[in-house]
Amino acid sequence: MSEDTQRPAAPAEPADAVTTPDAHTEPAANPGAPKPAEGDSDRWSQTLRDIVGGSAAISVLAVFLALVVGAILIAFTDENVQKASVYLFARPADMFAAVWDSVSGAYSALFQGSIYNFRRPGFAAGIRPLTETLTFATPLIAAGLGVGLAFRVGMFNIGGRGQMLIAAASAGWVAFALDLPAGIHLIVAVLAGLVGGALWGGIVGLLKARTGAHEVIVTIMLNFVALYLVSYLLRTPGLLQEPGSSNPQTPPMKPTAVFPDLLGPTYNLHAGFLTVVAATIFVWWLLSRSNLGFQFRAVGENPNAAQVAGINVKSVYVSAMLISGGLVGLAGINQVLGTVTTGFGAGIDANIGFDAITVALLGRSRPWGIFFAGVLFGAFKAGGFSMQAAEGVPIDIVLVVQSLIVLFIAAPPLVRAIFRLPTPGTKSKSRLNVTKEVAAR
Amino acid sequence: MSTITQAVQPSQGHPALPSVVLRSWKAAIALSIFAVAALFIFIGLRQGAPGAVSTFQLSQSRDIIQLPDLVLPTFATTLVCAILLVAMAAWSVWITARSARVPLWLIVAFAVVFMVGFLTWAAAGSTIPVPGLFVGTVTLSVPLIFGALGGVISERAGVVNVAIEGQLLAGAFSSAVVASITGNPYLGLVAAAIAGVLVSFVLAAFSIKYLVDQVIVGVVLNVLVIGLTSFFFSQLLSPNAALLNTPDRFPRINIPLLSEIPILGPALFRQTFIVYFMYVAVAVVYFGLFHTKWGLRLRSVGEHPKAADTVGINVNGTRFWNVSLAGAIVGFGGAFFTLGSVGAFNKEMTAGLGFIALAAVIFGQWDPLKATLAALLFGFASNLQNVLSIIGSPVPSEFMLMLPYVVTIFAVAGLVGRSRPPAADGKPYIK
Repeated sequence: MSEDTQRPAAPAEPADAVTTPDAHTEPAANPGAPKPAEGDSDRWSQTLRDIVGGSAAISVLAVFLALVVGAILIAFTDENVQKASVYLFARPADMFAAVWDSVSGAYSALFQGSIYNFRRPGFAAGIRPLTETLTFATPLIAAGLGVGLAFRVGMFNIGGRGQMLIAAASAGWVAFALDLPAGIHLIVAVLAGLVGGALWGGIVGLLKARTGAHEVIVTIMLNFVALYLVSYLLRTPGLLQEPGSSNPQTPPMKPTAVFPDLLGPTYNLHAGFLTVVAATIFVWWLLSRSNLGFQFRAVGENPNAAQVAGINVKSVYVSAMLISGGLVGLAGINQVLGTVTTGFGAGIDANIGFDAITVALLGRSRPWGIFFAGVLFGAFKAGGFSMQAAEGVPIDIVLVVQSLIVLFIAAPPLVRAIFRLPTPGTKSKSRLNVTKEVAAR
Repeated sequence: MSTITQAVQPSQGHPALPSVVLRSWKAAIALSIFAVAALFIFIGLRQGAPGAVSTFQLSQSRDIIQLPDLVLPTFATTLVCAILLVAMAAWSVWITARSARVPLWLIVAFAVVFMVGFLTWAAAGSTIPVPGLFVGTVTLSVPLIFGALGGVISERAGVVNVAIEGQLLAGAFSSAVVASITGNPYLGLVAAAIAGVLVSFVLAAFSIKYLVDQVIVGVVLNVLVIGLTSFFFSQLLSPNAALLNTPDRFPRINIPLLSEIPILGPALFRQTFIVYFMYVAVAVVYFGLFHTKWGLRLRSVGEHPKAADTVGINVNGTRFWNVSLAGAIVGFGGAFFTLGSVGAFNKEMTAGLGFIALAAVIFGQWDPLKATLAALLFGFASNLQNVLSIIGSPVPSEFMLMLPYVVTIFAVAGLVGRSRPPAADGKPYIK
């Protein structure tokens, strides 16, 4: 995912310690510091061991393990499997056939719903699921970036729901209530949403900096405040409610403020995806190239040390939460200006604020890691719906698989133990002894 | 600040440094804001006709001791309350200016007067059932209190427990299933504890053995439990609801004499078994944590694991089993959803209450009694909204719903301030 995960034996960079379990696990799993490789053959075998036992392989195996557990759950709860299991010993083949049917059916539906649908004629129709995946991934990535950024500063932003709602309400209001020329309208709406999300997040940073209020409490509370505030606005005529309607819903967004379709009207993918790509690049630049990002990481690593080093920790908290809230707000903007343009209700956040936490964890709070984690989870979401429709497997299985992936990835020693993989950075014992003997002579 | 003054030894011949005064204006500012808000609400947004009265019903019809209804003239009462509030806020400012701490009782008194004034204002021309208000408060607080107790134990032992939500949900699910199959709610309660422990096992194993960041494990466990229970609900419970999802609820047990205490009796002593069990749990956890060897060891591994290890306490073992115990306690709270109140399991039925319980832990400064009080406060606030929406509240119901959360933010920012977790909370111990 990111460059340091490829080389787990290398000393972890400081910011790792906050969120990356590897930084904690390495000292335990690998008490002896890795020595530089002594010879060519050693180096090669070392490289091989790193690839087999390293993070990339762990990630793949974690996904595999999670899918296996999901398969077991699907098979266990399938009606045909249950029927066949009654006469398991009489005709075991029936049982296995039923298991295979249920699992392969579910997972092929998942694949066809998220990446490529072979049942549709032609590439243009077959590839549609992949664009659906990207559409679902768009808000996940944006919110994941916000949560991940807060993680890097050592803060836990559970307030995604509130920040998304406020951003959606601000952007939505600009989009349906104002009349502006095309282009400018969209930009103003996006800016309004960003400001809304940033302010809602900034309250948290300000309270933490000024009064020491714990951000976990404040974000949770602000989620509820935002929910009820937006609910009130949505059912009050003249504010967000559609005129002449009694539903708690806004009017449709004006076409001038809607993200244009990226690939034409047959696909749902909209230009919001580009904003998310831009946001990923921005966060990457911010964290690894900018002065402010350095301060963020320093505070995240050790606020006391950062304070001593002359960093204004309080202002870092405020600015980090402003940016984090703005990024999460971008998810809300994408929802109202891209995905649900026909007017939205109080459920517009679609639980993305919480999903984003797992996205940020899976991406290990690295911008590009979050990007790909968001795409993966977007694929699960897109595929999950078609799995539910085609095979009757509840979409909740997707949550199970997602959380298992994060759990397994967070605990590399567990995955290594399950697959009996070597620990990278260590050598097999016999080889170590031989080298010692050679060295002794 | 005290460290500075201690470090200066008079014997060294330094001139005495002017003592640094640590003045905290937060409490005074918070009280002032609320006093101004009270003035604005009570007088500016005056409710009811000029002669309106607010009635407080103090007894339920089945009570043996019947208290007469308390009838207060709305405007006069709110006016008195507002004046009292302004006076108390002014006093807190004066206290702070004289560099003293605003005493806790003043804050409590302020809150009570504010509440009385607010209720009188909201109930202009109608009746508030006070016993009902308290009954609902206790009922709504039960899962929060169990969750907060579990959170306190786990975090005192040094393992951050964000998985309270998951433990509650797992407890609710398994208690519904087991109680439905066996027809015995007590077995359901046991099953809930076991489910909570299982979630805790994962939390403990990943955070203690595999040294994964504990917040991460907690968050992911919540998602995992939501996914698992929702999946099983859709696949198994819904199609077989009669067999798997119709648990018997606990019967209501009235405790003789105590349940006849006016006003508070019905709330505290006309409850189900699980509520009485909660009283015991709160007392036992409080006593155990601060007055037994078990509690001392638990707190020591959470505050200074190295020191605990030096005197021969098995740090990781202590943590593991206490996190499991915490899971069992939270599991009981989960059983309340299905066996105490609703009567059947439903998808995501805990609805984020685990996070409110987590807030209660932090609000209660990792102290079982304070956390219980914080949980009761949340329960009161959400029940207040129910009651006011029934009698028809003068403000939009959304703002009533918002109020507890806003008050919590103010309380956390203004009154509690920087809450200090156990020193080794969230830090894995590596020998």
